[in-house]
Amino acid sequence: MTKDIARKPIYLDYSSTTPVDPRVAEKMIPFITEHFGNPASRSHSFGWTAEEAVEEARDEVAKLVNADPREIVWTSGATESNNLAIKGASHFYSTKGKHILTVSTEHKCVIDSFRELEREGYTATYLEPEPNGLVDLEKFKKAIRPDTVLASVMFVNNEIGVIQDIEALGNICREQKVIFHVDAAQATGKVDIDLEKLPVDLMSFSAHKTYGPKGIGALYVRRKPRIRIEAQMHGGGHERGMRSGTLATHQIVGMGEAFRIARIEMQLENERIRKLRDKLLHGLQDMEEVYVNGDLKHRIAHNLNISFNYVEGESLIMAVKDIAVSSGSACTSASLEPSYVLRALGRSDELAHSSIRFSIGRFTTEADVDFTIQLLKEKIYKLRELSPLWDMFKDGIDISKVEWAAH
Amino acid sequence: MMQKFYFDHNATTALDKKVLGVMMPYIEMQQGNPTSQHSFGRHARTAIEEAREQVALAIHAHPSEVIFTSGGTEANNMIVHGAAIKQRESTLVRSNIEHPCVARPMEAMKHQGWKQALLDVSQDGVVTKEAYKNISAENVSLVSVMLANNETGAIQDMSLLHDFAKEKNALSHTDAVQAFGKIDVHFDELHIDAMTLSSHKIYGPQGVGALILNKRSDIEPLIYGGGQEKNLRSGTENIAAIVGFGKACELISESMKATSTHTHELKKILEVHLKALGAVIFSEKVVRLNNTTFFAFKDIEGSTLLTALDKKGFAIASGSACSSVNKEPSHVLLAMGIDEDLARGALRISFGQKNSVTEVRDFIEALRKELQTLKQLTAIAA
Amino acid sequence: MAYSDKVLDHYENPRNVGTLDKDDPHVGTGMVGAPACGDVMKLQIKVSDDGVIEDAKFKTYGCGSAIASSSLVTEWLKGKTLDQASEIKNSAIAEELALPPVKIHCSVLAEDAIKSAIADLKSKQGKLI
Repeated sequence: MTKDIARKPIYLDYSSTTPVDPRVAEKMIPFITEHFGNPASRSHSFGWTAEEAVEEARDEVAKLVNADPREIVWTSGATESNNLAIKGASHFYSTKGKHILTVSTEHKCVIDSFRELEREGYTATYLEPEPNGLVDLEKFKKAIRPDTVLASVMFVNNEIGVIQDIEALGNICREQKVIFHVDAAQATGKVDIDLEKLPVDLMSFSAHKTYGPKGIGALYVRRKPRIRIEAQMHGGGHERGMRSGTLATHQIVGMGEAFRIARIEMQLENERIRKLRDKLLHGLQDMEEVYVNGDLKHRIAHNLNISFNYVEGESLIMAVKDIAVSSGSACTSASLEPSYVLRALGRSDELAHSSIRFSIGRFTTEADVDFTIQLLKEKIYKLRELSPLWDMFKDGIDISKVEWAAH
Repeated sequence: MMQKFYFDHNATTALDKKVLGVMMPYIEMQQGNPTSQHSFGRHARTAIEEAREQVALAIHAHPSEVIFTSGGTEANNMIVHGAAIKQRESTLVRSNIEHPCVARPMEAMKHQGWKQALLDVSQDGVVTKEAYKNISAENVSLVSVMLANNETGAIQDMSLLHDFAKEKNALSHTDAVQAFGKIDVHFDELHIDAMTLSSHKIYGPQGVGALILNKRSDIEPLIYGGGQEKNLRSGTENIAAIVGFGKACELISESMKATSTHTHELKKILEVHLKALGAVIFSEKVVRLNNTTFFAFKDIEGSTLLTALDKKGFAIASGSACSSVNKEPSHVLLAMGIDEDLARGALRISFGQKNSVTEVRDFIEALRKELQTLKQLTAIAA
Repeated sequence: MAYSDKVLDHYENPRNVGTLDKDDPHVGTGMVGAPACGDVMKLQIKVSDDGVIEDAKFKTYGCGSAIASSSLVTEWLKGKTLDQASEIKNSAIAEELALPPVKIHCSVLAEDAIKSAIADLKSKQGKLI
C-alpha cells in the first residue's frame, strides 16, 4: 500500500467525497473500540454511553444549521435523506394533491425519487434553470399549481457549485402552502445555513461531503410548523418512528464532530479556498476557448467547473491523471452520457463532454493549484494539437454548421 | 471502574480488533468516492468488491448476490417493499414472531392495499408445517420467516419455508441476522430467494448489512438515486464499514465452530443453575442458538432484576434491544401463548466469544442474591 | 476505466499525428464521427502512383481508445496497398488494443475512417482520370 501512497495524485474532487478529518477520525475511534453498544438498548449502561454520544452529535449537527436537535433525524446518507423527505412528505400529504416540483439539475437521487412518485401516480414538473444554473423565481412561482404538494431544490449544485436563493424560493412555497425540501449535501460548511430564518421544511445532509465518514447523513424535519413524513424504513421505531434501524454510533459521532469543526472553521476556510479557486480560475482562463459553467457570483468558493472547447472529456481526464477530478457528477461518471446538468444549462454536447469539475477543499495547497494550472496548460495544448476540431476552429470553420455524417 | 460483563451479544457485539485494523485506513486516509473514475475511486471500488466476496464466501453465495445496505433493518424493509411493489395487492406472509423491521413494513404495505397473513408459532416458538397449511391466500408475493429468533434463539425449519414459497410461487426470505455467525448458513443449500445479514451482530461495525438476493429474484429498490449496487441500493457506499463487514465475515467463518462450542458450554452451565433457581426457559424443547437463553421467574419483576444486575455490571436484555423502549411484554412470548405476567418478566442472556465460565458463575451468584432480596421484599409486602 | 498498456502507450505517444495537404491528388482524407458523439477522427493517407500507402497521418478528437485506435491504424496503413488497407477490420484493432466492450465503437470508427479516406482518394483520382 505504501507504494500507492507515494504516487497518489493531487485530490481535487472534494465534491465527490472528502477525506475524513483526522480530528473526526480521532473522535470516532473510541466509539468503535471501547464504547460499543446499541444506543437503543435502554437496559444497560453500555447502551447509555452510546446514546449520550449520539445526542451530543445531534446537537452539533443542529448547531451548524441553527436548528433544534429534535428536528434532526439520522439516516444512512443524503441519498436516503432525499428519498425519505420527498417520498415521505409527498405520501403523507397526498390528500392535498399529487403534483410535485423540482429542478432538472438536481442530484440523481432527487430526480429518481420524483420518477418513482410519478410511477405511483403523481405528476412531476422538472423546471429548467437559467443558463447560469440558477432558478428563475418567477418561473418557479408559475410552476406551482393548486395541487402542488412538495417542491425540492438543492442548496448548492454538486456539479457547478451554484447557490440557489433558498430564502426566496422558500417564501414562495410558504405563500403557496407547498412543502419545501432542500438538498444541502453540498452546502454544509460552505454556506451559512440558518434554519430559524430560512423558510425550509425539510433539509438533507451528508457527512462525507463535509469531512465526516461515509454511510451517515441526516434529515432536518421542521417542528414549527410541524412537518410530517411517512417513514420509508420501518422497524424498531428509532428516530421517533421516522427512520428505523440500529444507528452506527461511531459514524454519528463522526458526523457530529465534522459539523462542529465546519461551524468553527467555515469562515476562515472559505476565504482560503476562495483564493485558491480564484488563482486556479485565472491560471486556466489564460487559455483560449475556456468556458466557466454556472454562475460565478452565486457559487461556493470550492467549485470550478470549466469546459475546454475542442478537447474530448474522457481523453482530458486521462491526460490529467496526476490530479483526481470529475467530469460531470461522480455518480453518473460510469456512463458515457454528457452531464445532464450542463446540458440543462444549454451547453452543447461537446462542451458538456469536455468539462472538468475541480473541487477544492480543506487540504488543498497553493502548490497543488500551481501544479494543476501547469498540467492543464500542457495537456490542453497537446490534445488540441491532436484535435481535428481545433484545426477547423483555427481555420475559421464554424463547427456547429458542419454536417456530420450520422454515426 | 467496576468490572463489566457483557451478556447482550444478540443486541450488538464489540468490534473485533482485526476488523478495526482493516477499517482504519478507510477512516483515516484520503478516500475516493467508489463511483469516481480516478485512482482514489478505483481503490475504493476494489475494496468494496473484495468485501463482497468475503461476505459471499461466508454464507456460500455468489458475490453478485450480495447487496450492501445500511444494516439489517434496511435489508428487511427492502425485500418487503421491493417484492410487494412487484405484485400489486398481493398477500405478504410472515411468522408472528418476526422482528419489527419485517413486521412493520408489511403492516405499512397493508395500509396501501396489500394483504398480510400470519404464520402462528407453536408454544415452543417455531413455525410448524400445520401453520403453513393454514395460509389459504393464493396470490402470495413474499413469505418471510426468520432463521433464528433474536429473543428465544429458536431456529426455524427452512425447508418448510422453501416448500411453501414454491407451492405459492412466491419469493422466500429469511432474516438471518441472529443466525449468521452462530450456526452454519449455506445460502445455496437453503433454496431461499433472499436473506438478510447484519454486520454488527458478528463483531463487525454498525451501520452496514446486506440483502442476499438470488439472481432469479426481481425486486424494486427502496432507495433511488445514483444506481449503486446494481441499481438496487443507491447512495455513496459506506466503504469503511463495508470493508469491516467483509473482514468480520471472514473471521466469523474461522471462529464460528469454536465460539459455538464455547457459548454452548456457558449456556449449559447457566441453564442448569437458572432452572435450579426456578426459572422458566423459553423454547427449551426446540433447537436454539448455542448462545441464547430467554427466561423468566414467576412473580419476579423483570425490570427490577435487570436494573439491579446492571448496577452490578451485568449487561443483559429484556426482550430485544429495539423494543426495550416500551414496557410491553415481548411480542414473541405472547405469540407463543406465554402468560402475560410471566412474559413481562423475561430476561435474555446472549453470550459471545469473550465471555468466560467465571463470568457465568459470578452472574449466577449475583442473581441468586438479587432473587433472595427481591423475595424478601415480596414477603414483607405480603 | 482500466486501459490496456497498448492504449496508454498510443495515447501518451501518439504516432503520426499531423496533417497532409488535402488538395494533393495523392492524398485521401477521411473524417468520421461527430462532436456530439464525443469522437471525430480525421485520417489521411498518401498513396504512391503504384497504389502503396506511403504516409498516414491522423488527428482525433475523442477518448483515449479513439486516439489509440487511430494512432495504431496509421502505423498499420503504411506500406499497405489500398486493397490490403481496406481489409483492416475493426475486430483486429480492438483485439490489438484489448479494447473493453464499451470502447469497441472506437475501433469501428477507425475502420470507417480508413474506408472514408480510401473512398475520398478514389473519387479524387476518378475525377482526375
